Amino acid sequence: MIPELGQVALILALLVATLQFVLSLWGAQRGRESLMAVARPAAYTQLALVLLSFVMLTVAFAGQDFSVAYVANNSNSLLPMHYRITAVWGAHEGSLLLWALVLSLWTAAVARFSRSLPPEVIARVLAILGLVAIGFLSFMLFTSNPFDRLLPAAVEGHDLNPLLQDPGFIIHPPMIYMGYVGFSVAFAFAIASMLDSRSAGHNSERDWTRWVRWSRPWTNVAWAFQTLGIVLGSWWAYYELGWGGWWFWDPVENGSFMPWLVGTALLHSQAVTEKRGSFRSWTLLLAIAAFSLSLLGTFIVRSGVLTSVHSFAADPARGVFILVFLCIIIGGSLLLYAFRAPDAVAGKPFAPLSRETLLMTNNLLFSAAAAMVLIGTLAPLLFEALNLGRISVGPPFFDLQFAILMAPVVLLLPFGPFTRWQKELPGRYLPLLRFAVTAILLALLLGWLLGDGFTLKSYIGVAASAWIIAGTLRYAWQRLRSSSALNAETAGMLLAHFGMGLFVAGVLLVESLGVEKDVALKPGSSAEINGYRFQFDGVERVQGPNYRADRGSLVVFDGEQEIARLHPEKRAYASGGQIMTEAAIDPALHRDLYVALGERLDARGDGATVEASSWSLRIYVKPFVRLIWLGGLMMMLGGFVAAADRRFRKPATAVRTEAA
Amino acid sequence: MLRRLLPLIVFVALGLLMLIGIRISADRDPDALPTPLLNQPAPGFALPELHQPDRIVRSEELAGAPYLLNVWGSWCPSCRIEHPVITELANSGRLRVIGYNYKDEREDALRWLGQFGDPYDLIVVDEDGRTAIDWGIYGAPESFLVDAQGVIRFKLVGPLSDDIIERDILPRIGVASAETATP
Repeated sequence: MIPELGQVALILALLVATLQFVLSLWGAQRGRESLMAVARPAAYTQLALVLLSFVMLTVAFAGQDFSVAYVANNSNSLLPMHYRITAVWGAHEGSLLLWALVLSLWTAAVARFSRSLPPEVIARVLAILGLVAIGFLSFMLFTSNPFDRLLPAAVEGHDLNPLLQDPGFIIHPPMIYMGYVGFSVAFAFAIASMLDSRSAGHNSERDWTRWVRWSRPWTNVAWAFQTLGIVLGSWWAYYELGWGGWWFWDPVENGSFMPWLVGTALLHSQAVTEKRGSFRSWTLLLAIAAFSLSLLGTFIVRSGVLTSVHSFAADPARGVFILVFLCIIIGGSLLLYAFRAPDAVAGKPFAPLSRETLLMTNNLLFSAAAAMVLIGTLAPLLFEALNLGRISVGPPFFDLQFAILMAPVVLLLPFGPFTRWQKELPGRYLPLLRFAVTAILLALLLGWLLGDGFTLKSYIGVAASAWIIAGTLRYAWQRLRSSSALNAETAGMLLAHFGMGLFVAGVLLVESLGVEKDVALKPGSSAEINGYRFQFDGVERVQGPNYRADRGSLVVFDGEQEIARLHPEKRAYASGGQIMTEAAIDPALHRDLYVALGERLDARGDGATVEASSWSLRIYVKPFVRLIWLGGLMMMLGGFVAAADRRFRKPATAVRTEAA
Repeated sequence: MLRRLLPLIVFVALGLLMLIGIRISADRDPDALPTPLLNQPAPGFALPELHQPDRIVRSEELAGAPYLLNVWGSWCPSCRIEHPVITELANSGRLRVIGYNYKDEREDALRWLGQFGDPYDLIVVDEDGRTAIDWGIYGAPESFLVDAQGVIRFKLVGPLSDDIIERDILPRIGVASAETATP
């Protein structure tokens, strides 16, 4: 009964989304107030229905209803309760439901917080979001229904993929989806502005700044969630996959990274369009691209076109459906763009040295980076399609290309805030350069004195980081001195740039100083790596709730002092499947000690018991790896802080007092 | 106008590529595209062994008992994914697993094995990929099941999984698949 209720709610949600799309768009184009008024209630109703459906699926998981095929495939009577709930989005059907839920959340939020918008604008925006919802809801109902029954019911479930039985996985997908779907708002605003028939490419100056100002806080929030999602994903891959890396350029990772890169360009481009009126068509195109790449990211994960650690189900029928959907949404909006985009020359003129130029460079570099990732991700497919055999584009390609594109970003970043709109004089950079160069020299000196085994790359890392951080601090100081308070937008920008400085240091230091060693150890013996002594105390068998594990014990000494006890595990889950490696990590800001349990070496020999066997172990020392995620979290925080700027809420307050 | 159409044109090209991708991934099903060598004697080869480059392994030496020929390379990310599956199969002793190191550098291959473990009985090296043409190998990972008489019984393009081993591979050589006991 409960699954049927969820199913019916889903069908009703699809009908409501259709009404939301058709009626509000028709009303907006014909100027009929009564039809436009449908948009808001429809958005709230859709949220209620999708939420009901999501709750019903959760209830089916919590109650172990193995007569639902999706539950039977992704749960198991031994699965602990918290993983039963997260198993709701552990595979294809349920994660689509989560996507739809997040979309209806964003839609309802737009409906709620846009009281100040003219009715035809909000009707158009909600109509576009309704169209996206139609796509996802019908995809679910026609090709991947989470409520399909399994008759006769299974006695026992198949279990949630062990890789996903992890706390990091509880929050990673919802955050990524908040970002993916959040870009739909900027997208809907962009489309709505082009649908405005009064304009046909000739919107007045005021209209332009208005729609960009409306969509800016939404873009910031979406970008911040996306940042958080990527940071969590990277952290999850770091400790869960047991390979010691923090980024693998895997197709699915790339799928979430491309919208982020374009989203970063979009944030900066929106600032120019709002404040100066320039880059209008470019901002439109980036808004379309960011959301298109989000859809493409979903497509890559769902269609099985590219193989990856993350791919759930490969089903060509689903692939074709998503492709048709992509063609309607992306193809449609690009066609609209071709006919309705504004003229390229607009806004106030600017000199070659001006903030506009620097932001344009930022836009080009980030877009080029996204294009590079796209090409690298799809190259294997292209080669296969042209019958050139299979190739694998790996980290060497991405690392090099990405470094080339990001080097100018790092170099130019501190100049950005110091540069004035329209025209700047080179001489005004002197205070910045004096301060930053001193900081760089100090950082290099510190690295030389304290740095252990520093290579050229590590020196570049500390110098680049000092350059960004010093430039950011110098600007903050200048602003605080001249005007008493920083507004939220500037504070957010400074936070995010500071985070970028930490991130750069983290990446280059861990790449240049990280140590990786494979050792074979007998119980009682030890290995010395980077000044740390890892003493191996053997392996024991332990029983978990739904798995059996070999659990190793190591004690780490720094000199004579014990600094950590580590317990790496290899788990065999009761439901079968591959053996999972659970790495043990001792984290600290300046270094991580990371141990993964390898193979039992004399397993095929006789005599030795598990306890007395020697094992191969993979040991990593990762200096400053935490800075990568710390920097990412600061960028996220910057996005949220900037979105909270009072300027974005101003018109809304005016109307609210009126209504009250 | 043309400049404004450019994004659309790029997208259409991308869409076509995706469509081809979907068709290829549909064909990837091993039953839909059987190798012409299926149920034919395996092509002969004489290739050096990875750990002892002086030793030449001939296909005849492998006859007498069934084996799984697993094509891999250190450059191939999917090989990493299937590696635990192969390790488990080899350690269970139910089937010999022969590695086929394809278009790889020796040092890279050895480092890769050091990192992820070496479950293979022995590993033949095909550095320039010439023997691979006889076998119809066009990438990694691929796996061939060769029976005791030297006949190819099954071919898989793409990473192995426990399911495929239990369902498609072990039954073909008469090894009873381990009962998937419900816990």
